[in-house]
Amino acid sequence: MRAAPESSCRLVIRTVRSTMRRFYHARMSATPPPLSKRAVVDRYFLEHRAKVLDIAAFLDRFDRAQGDGTDDYRVTALRECCAVLLDGKPDRARRVLELLSDHSAEPIAKAPMKGATGAIELQKKGAI
Amino acid sequence: MYIDPHVHMVSRTTDDYQRMALAGCVAVTEPAFWAGYDRSSPAGFFDYFRQLTDFEPKRAAQYGIRHHTWLCINPKEAEDPVFAKEVISLIPQFLKCETVLGIGEIGLNKNSRNELEILDAHLALAAEHDLLVLVHTPHLEDKLKGTRLIMDAIKNHSKLDPGRVLIDHIEEHTVRPVLERGFWAGMTLYPDTKCTPQRAVDIFEMHGTERLWINSAGDWGNSDPLAVPKAQIEMKARGHTLDSVRKVSFDNPLKFLSQSGRFRIA
Repeated sequence: MRAAPESSCRLVIRTVRSTMRRFYHARMSATPPPLSKRAVVDRYFLEHRAKVLDIAAFLDRFDRAQGDGTDDYRVTALRECCAVLLDGKPDRARRVLELLSDHSAEPIAKAPMKGATGAIELQKKGAI
Repeated sequence: MYIDPHVHMVSRTTDDYQRMALAGCVAVTEPAFWAGYDRSSPAGFFDYFRQLTDFEPKRAAQYGIRHHTWLCINPKEAEDPVFAKEVISLIPQFLKCETVLGIGEIGLNKNSRNELEILDAHLALAAEHDLLVLVHTPHLEDKLKGTRLIMDAIKNHSKLDPGRVLIDHIEEHTVRPVLERGFWAGMTLYPDTKCTPQRAVDIFEMHGTERLWINSAGDWGNSDPLAVPKAQIEMKARGHTLDSVRKVSFDNPLKFLSQSGRFRIA
């Protein structure tokens, strides 16, 4: 399903359109949230305190469990996500989602299943 | 008042219609989707399309809600291209129904070659009949790659205007490329696997409210048909204006869907 080579004229039009869209998008974005930092904490702290405890308890439960699965790629990915939360950089939600994403470009030959597992083995992941 | 532009009401009870009406829902649009099992014949889809175009609008009307639909075979059932193309051949006879808005929810599930072939067949049908398109993007780890493949596939159909295509289930890592390429974008509010109402409002704050809508995608799984009004409450609680709340939950879906010439509110 490869696109035919573009003429130089079409390429220029596509580039101009893309630049205009980027400009338009930048103009529309980044509205500061109406809530102050203190108000954000007041409104959401307890909810996210509970979510951190859920992650802590899940990892404890995983450690206490017996049998195979010690090197499960999903738990490895979750630990990597936790590191993103603490690196002090912005766009954590986007970067966590990218960490959990398949970065390959080509379609696969056949769907192995209908569902998704929520993470990908880090050694299979392309450059992020 | 709100529109839920993506909800699978065939999977919900009449109690849900009543609760949605009480919460201010005036119209829904229902894309064809996977039933949780593979249909055994194209005739199963024929009956499903009859349910979507005939029975479901009547059920919704009892609660003052206008029901519209989108038709397709979902990418989860696209791994058998011969079967899928038989189903696609059934769609044109339903396009004359006044409540059919376009083709959807088409897209990819596991990003396979067969899924891409069937996506392309759906896109060709939409281009041939000048229809709106509602796109499903894959779940979880497959979403980023699938969204890129889908946008490239649409680009190959020069007759399809990105302004008449909505790419749904976007999240923080896919919203920007979708909007930058001129498509509309939808955020699905799911308890676990897509956006929460809180994250959806974060995305509005980070990316603006142009060409964005929210939906519940309520279905037979873990989902919430009242997710849209809950996002409205979240926006109000943060201090967003009533105009902003109305824009993302009513004005924007109305603007996109009205391009079909068939969308009506109660």
